[in-house]
Amino acid sequence: MTVSYENSKAVFDGIKAAGIRSISALPETWLGLLLQRAEDDPEVDLIQVAKEEEAVGIAAGAYFAGEPHILLMQNHGFFGAMNGIISLAQLYSVPLCMLIAVRGHWGEPYPWHTRGGIVTEGLLQALNIPYHHARDPALVAKEIAEAYTLSQSSLSPVALLLTRDLMEV
Amino acid sequence: MRRADCLELIYPEIEDKLVVTIMGACAQELYDLGHRENFFYLQHAMGLASSIGLGLANHLPHEKVIVLDGDGSALMNLGTFTTLARYRPRNLLHIIFDNGSLLSTGGFESHTTSGVTDLAAIARGAGIEHAVDVDSPMAFGEAFVEAMERNDLGVIVARVDAVGPDNYGMDFALPENAFRFKRCVQERRAATGWTPPAMPGHTGAA
Repeated sequence: MTVSYENSKAVFDGIKAAGIRSISALPETWLGLLLQRAEDDPEVDLIQVAKEEEAVGIAAGAYFAGEPHILLMQNHGFFGAMNGIISLAQLYSVPLCMLIAVRGHWGEPYPWHTRGGIVTEGLLQALNIPYHHARDPALVAKEIAEAYTLSQSSLSPVALLLTRDLMEV
Repeated sequence: MRRADCLELIYPEIEDKLVVTIMGACAQELYDLGHRENFFYLQHAMGLASSIGLGLANHLPHEKVIVLDGDGSALMNLGTFTTLARYRPRNLLHIIFDNGSLLSTGGFESHTTSGVTDLAAIARGAGIEHAVDVDSPMAFGEAFVEAMERNDLGVIVARVDAVGPDNYGMDFALPENAFRFKRCVQERRAATGWTPPAMPGHTGAA
């Protein structure tokens, strides 16, 4: 398994094309090349967190400040962030645009990711979080912009799921 | 020392700052001193007040951000000390009222009651240079003044009694607090020449 250099670039370019310069993230394999770009780009403000729930608070602060912001995490990080998503973002009508790397699903070779991959969509549905699978590098910029727009217009968390098709070669 | 007395002491200094407070007694005691549009009350999501403060401070270098935290909340998000230390927002002051109690949820003792856990030492160990522990109003006031003058990330752990207000209640809904706080923050930012991004749905078509 190798992370796609080209498609990581497509996702990063999509974030910037959506007008977003503020990112909070917890690094994981599929997000590595993407975050490296964010770190190297002087226009982008990247905060790496110790745990994903912190990023929900940071995103709320950025939102209050009027700064377009995006959260990058793995699906297991989404699980760890859930109380913040419910009791800060949803409770206070604070939008969250989340890019979530979905590990443990179709084609997953690593046993440790599978349980999380199996329950991810069900949990998103239980939380009423709209989600969409990003599979095609030619479409991902548009999908990021659409996810961001919906988060802002609905004042809700929105998830764009980064799939194996997109992130691996 | 009572938290309410500490808040009263610093209220004249924080009433024009961006303040994020945790839930329950701390939120109510600040509110009872007089609500301001630049106050945000995080009535749930324990642990995230300091993270909201980081998100604000990071994008608003012209502002001073005050986070009013508690031992129970801080213990739920100890990682925040390492994130704050790494990015070191110089315009953020993190005050933790340590009453050794989960007061707002029934008064169970928190881990700091044991006497062996030292939150200021944890903050210093995480890499926050200016982290102090105070147990008198005089020491709290001095630590606050020093922190405000220093222009650097600071943590003040204030040992307070496990007591809260007699009555709870605010005259706005939680999302309303968020909407008004955001408007206030952005208006203050606009005064520095910044232009807010367009609101969705304001393009003319439906």
